Amino acid sequence: MASIVMFCILAAVILGSAVMCVTTKRIMRSVTFLLFVLLGVAGLYFLLDYTYLGAAQISVYAGGMVMMYIFAVQLVSKRTLQGLVERVKGCRALSYALICLVGLATVAGVQLKNGFISVLVEGKEVPMQTIGEALLGSEKYQYVLPFEFISVFLLACIIGAIVVARKEKEDK
Amino acid sequence: MFDFSNITSWLHNLLSVTCGLGDFWTILIECILVGVCILAGYAILAIILIFMERKVCAWFQCRLGPMRVGPWGIFQVFADVLKMLIKEIFSVDGADKVLYYIAPFLVIIASVGTFSFLPWNNGAQVLDFNVGLFLMSAISSIGIVGIFMAGWGSNNKYSVVSAMRGAVQLISYEMSLALCLITAVVLTGTMKVSGIVDAQTGAFGWLIFKGHIPAIIAFLVFLVAGNAEANRGPFDLAEAESELTAGYHTEYSGMGFGFYYLAEYLNLFVVSGIAATVFLGGWAPFNIGVAGVDSVLDMIPGIVWFLGKTFGIVFLLMWVRWTFPRLRVDQILKLEWKYLMPLCLINLILMTVVVAFGWHF
Repeated sequence: MASIVMFCILAAVILGSAVMCVTTKRIMRSVTFLLFVLLGVAGLYFLLDYTYLGAAQISVYAGGMVMMYIFAVQLVSKRTLQGLVERVKGCRALSYALICLVGLATVAGVQLKNGFISVLVEGKEVPMQTIGEALLGSEKYQYVLPFEFISVFLLACIIGAIVVARKEKEDK
Repeated sequence: MFDFSNITSWLHNLLSVTCGLGDFWTILIECILVGVCILAGYAILAIILIFMERKVCAWFQCRLGPMRVGPWGIFQVFADVLKMLIKEIFSVDGADKVLYYIAPFLVIIASVGTFSFLPWNNGAQVLDFNVGLFLMSAISSIGIVGIFMAGWGSNNKYSVVSAMRGAVQLISYEMSLALCLITAVVLTGTMKVSGIVDAQTGAFGWLIFKGHIPAIIAFLVFLVAGNAEANRGPFDLAEAESELTAGYHTEYSGMGFGFYYLAEYLNLFVVSGIAATVFLGGWAPFNIGVAGVDSVLDMIPGIVWFLGKTFGIVFLLMWVRWTFPRLRVDQILKLEWKYLMPLCLINLILMTVVVAFGWHF
């Protein structure tokens, strides 16, 4: 009962913020509503008792959204920051609707084929130790190789960013 | 030690068995009671901290501080709160009103959220997840969004400069804050707040005694990074009143400003509380292994130990604030990325080696 009430509140917050995110005219407001969507999703993880993923979601996206604000300030023109009005033509609206439909069909297909809806997960908290061993173990259903691969990949990204951003020394 | 969970289980039985309420209503009533207690504690501590800051500041500057309202000026803060509550709230022309009005709430949510994790006594912690410390640092990072939003939404150039500074500083120092907490977690083996305190009971059980060198390094770095995370001097360049008037909350009046003021002082308390919990044993009394002395020290209630340690650290941080001049933004970034973070990483390896070889007490 209580969890259904919570789910309805969270769903309303997520859907409402998502609609506001794409319809608002100012980019800073749109970033803010995106943050509320992601916090709502974190709330869903807490509802499922997966507290680790919920905490990770909050900590990653709260900081990530600040970065997004800064990029918005630095990369977007002044006119766009103060409110941009875009006229949507009929054929473009049709193509947007088509893309939305394809996305919906993909999600529905995955859901129906795997039957995630009918499989109810037992409501118990996953202990930290299980998550840690799953991330850093090399047995079956343990993920040390993807974990290490992603860390090397991120390191490559950081080094690449530094190389791009570095000022070249001027020759005298 | 007195176990506070006696009282909570008594209340739970009173509601569910004696009054015969269902599960839903019992939990709802308990949640409301706990929420009211947290908010009351939050407000009372804010009043105490603001008064303490004024007196400590005055003491360091060889002044008397507030003296007129009531004996030693103890009613000065109440007068200020009254003034703040009856002020008009208005927004600046051309400000982004949505962001302007949401921002103080995000800051106060982050502050109250982290405040709820503190362990007050044996069995008296409010939020006690198995990912406790991680979730706490996650919730505290929502405050950064509030600061940036306020700076941008105010339509003021000073505020935008301050918001940029605040974002850079808080995101940088979050790194070494989290690394220090991880160093402590390596030793205790759990992220649950009650588990961390339980691991520190017993003779010389506090983490700075147990983990000796790496734990002391982590404690000191945590104090520096925590001071920066609470936006207080010498790291207060986001609100730097002499150059940016008041930075991101220049344009706020009434309780909008009041929320930032509350959050600033309570963040100081929360940072000190976390340092006291993780490194100085929370409510755990100081034991030396001699039965007679220990039983006398155990007589002192846990909440006195916790508040004593926390206010000790609060005093230390106020001392630092009123002694050192403000740093420049490049100095702040250099301190974090060139010194504190590498030190934390090396310290983490050192702590892992110490734990792996069992060199701790």
